[in-house]
Amino acid sequence: MDKGGESVDIRSASKHYDAVRALDNVTLNVAPREFVSLLGPSGSGKTTLLGILGGFIQPSSGSVHFGDRDVTLLPPHKRDIGVVFQNYALFPHMSVGENVAFPLRARRLPKADWPKKVNAALAMVGLAGYESRGISQLSGGQRQRVALARAMIFEPRLILMDEPLSALDKQLREAMQIELRELHRRIGATIIYVTHDQREALTMSDRVAILKDGKLVQIDAPQRLHDHPADAFVASFIGEASLLPVHPVDSCSVALGSSILRSTRRIPDGDGLMLAVHSEKLLIDDGKGDAARNRLTGKVTDIVYQGESLRVFLQLPDGTALSLRQPSHYEAARRIPPVGGDLTVTLHPEDTIVVPKARQ
Amino acid sequence: MTGSAPDISLRHQRREQLTMLALALPALLVILLLIVLPVGWLAWQSIWHNGFTFENYRRIFSEDIYWRSFALTFEISLAVTLLALLLGYPIAYAASIAPRGWNIVILALVVLPFWTSVLVRAYAWLALLQRTGVINQLLRQLGLIDEPLALVHNTFGTVVATLHILLPFMVLPLYATMQKIPRDLLQAGASLGAGPVLTFWRVFLPLSLPGVLAGCTLVFVLALGFYITPELLGGGRTVMVSMLVSRNVELYDQWGAASAVGVVLLAAVAAIFFAVSRFIPLDRVLGQK
Ligand SMILES: Nc1ncnc2c1ncn2[C@@H]1O[C@H](COP(=O)(O)OP(=O)(O)O)[C@@H](O)[C@H]1O
Ligand SMILES: [Mg+2]
Repeated sequence: MDKGGESVDIRSASKHYDAVRALDNVTLNVAPREFVSLLGPSGSGKTTLLGILGGFIQPSSGSVHFGDRDVTLLPPHKRDIGVVFQNYALFPHMSVGENVAFPLRARRLPKADWPKKVNAALAMVGLAGYESRGISQLSGGQRQRVALARAMIFEPRLILMDEPLSALDKQLREAMQIELRELHRRIGATIIYVTHDQREALTMSDRVAILKDGKLVQIDAPQRLHDHPADAFVASFIGEASLLPVHPVDSCSVALGSSILRSTRRIPDGDGLMLAVHSEKLLIDDGKGDAARNRLTGKVTDIVYQGESLRVFLQLPDGTALSLRQPSHYEAARRIPPVGGDLTVTLHPEDTIVVPKARQ
Repeated sequence: MTGSAPDISLRHQRREQLTMLALALPALLVILLLIVLPVGWLAWQSIWHNGFTFENYRRIFSEDIYWRSFALTFEISLAVTLLALLLGYPIAYAASIAPRGWNIVILALVVLPFWTSVLVRAYAWLALLQRTGVINQLLRQLGLIDEPLALVHNTFGTVVATLHILLPFMVLPLYATMQKIPRDLLQAGASLGAGPVLTFWRVFLPLSLPGVLAGCTLVFVLALGFYITPELLGGGRTVMVSMLVSRNVELYDQWGAASAVGVVLLAAVAAIFFAVSRFIPLDRVLGQK
């Protein structure tokens, strides 16, 4: 099964539709066997980038390379890559088996070999024995699996997926995320995966590429993206962060209103700085702890119970709002004053992330 | 509680059925008035002439002219249907894949002839196709023929003019169906390794079959009843069923005979559609399992 992965190399690719820059000078290298997610809000150019990789869209400029082949002008049917479409794109007039066998027909494989391969591909996605079912008889999750089996049966070394799980409900989606990861490990193909769900991207990917307005803002491993956002956009998109305007004081501290916050990280140059406070990194001050921690005191404006955790909204004296998250067990909940009460929270200098408003 | 629940739902269901019936009533009345009554009257006419008689039907099944006319009508209709499909499919396909704006131009060109009357178009074809017509003169001047070709006053002329008039009835349902075929199915075909030909053959064509069926049915049924075109371009030699009907009424004042011809045509069409539906898995073509 394991045919290895293809390396993908996108060099300054742009796509313009009249005045609209759907994709703006994107350069991206993907290593063999890597799982890279393209993450961005709707309209940020994810589908356009995937379309350029699949050969459905011709870039206005730039080039695409698979391995050491320049495939920029290669039509889709010669690229030998598996594509899973947003709405599955299963052929409604064919049975499950005929759908999955389609790539074998296209490649003129002898018909005698089809059943074994179809069987194996369906078994891999947990649908063994579904060959003769009609597409309309399948649930959403099953259709998704058929689309996967169809994209993998010819053992492509590169698979593209455009929001493949977006039509499924939350539980099924999370189960499929784990299954996809597992599948990726087994088949070893390179996967480029489009999503607008940051949790999904962080869960599944080796690296995540953040797109905004057709531009690549940052590409990094999930943890690095979370802890070292390149700018305020990334910080707001990844995790649950409050963004507060701050002013630089010196090379290792910034001013938030009247309080001075110390950071062990490099503070970006220039004005227009934002403090990105992840809500899980704020701790309730217990009076102990080390004195180097930054402290902020504000009024509790709301407490929202969200099952496994509580979200507490705070307002600082200068009016800026931020939130912190506490696990919902008695010990933690006990220390939160009722709405209207004062609460002091700490933020470790290691967690004090200062980002530019937009990347220079 | 448990006892009354089914009662309530039953009563509710009955009320819903009554509402549906009330809503459908006007449409049912129109159908009754405009279709069932005239057809019933037609059937009645054909078997009642101072008492029950099957004389009209006996004539149809014994006289040669009727047989030949029915056979010719079906032949012409079939030819027109197949030619319309052959010509219409590429047009509809072009319109369905053309960039926005162009598809409207293509469809407008197809529908444009609708705006002139059938009669005018029949005469126009006459002018084009007759012995001294534009086509024959052109071919002669080019030295391609010595004698003018018999392009009109025969079956050929009838087929050409009928085809011209009925083409939109093929193109429009085809276009409507093709345009609904999701583009990502075609992209999927390509991404899975199928070239344009295979993708067309295995994906686009099967999904366009409902349109093919609708277009063929429309054109075939309309062609069966064509009157003006064969009358003008058939030159008296091409006698279609509709002309039999008109002659029976106008020449011989035989309403009964004319009605009988109409009834037989209706029955024949019904029989054909029944047979077709037995051989073509219609639910598969239309429903897409
Ligand atoms: N065929 C097209 N014509 C004009 N504009 C387009 C076309 N396709 C995409 N766009 C524009 O390009 C931008 C990026 O689109 P897309 O790649 O689909 O974004 P995403 O998949 O991230 O939601 C959007 O602003 C969209 O409106
Ligand atoms: Mg998209």
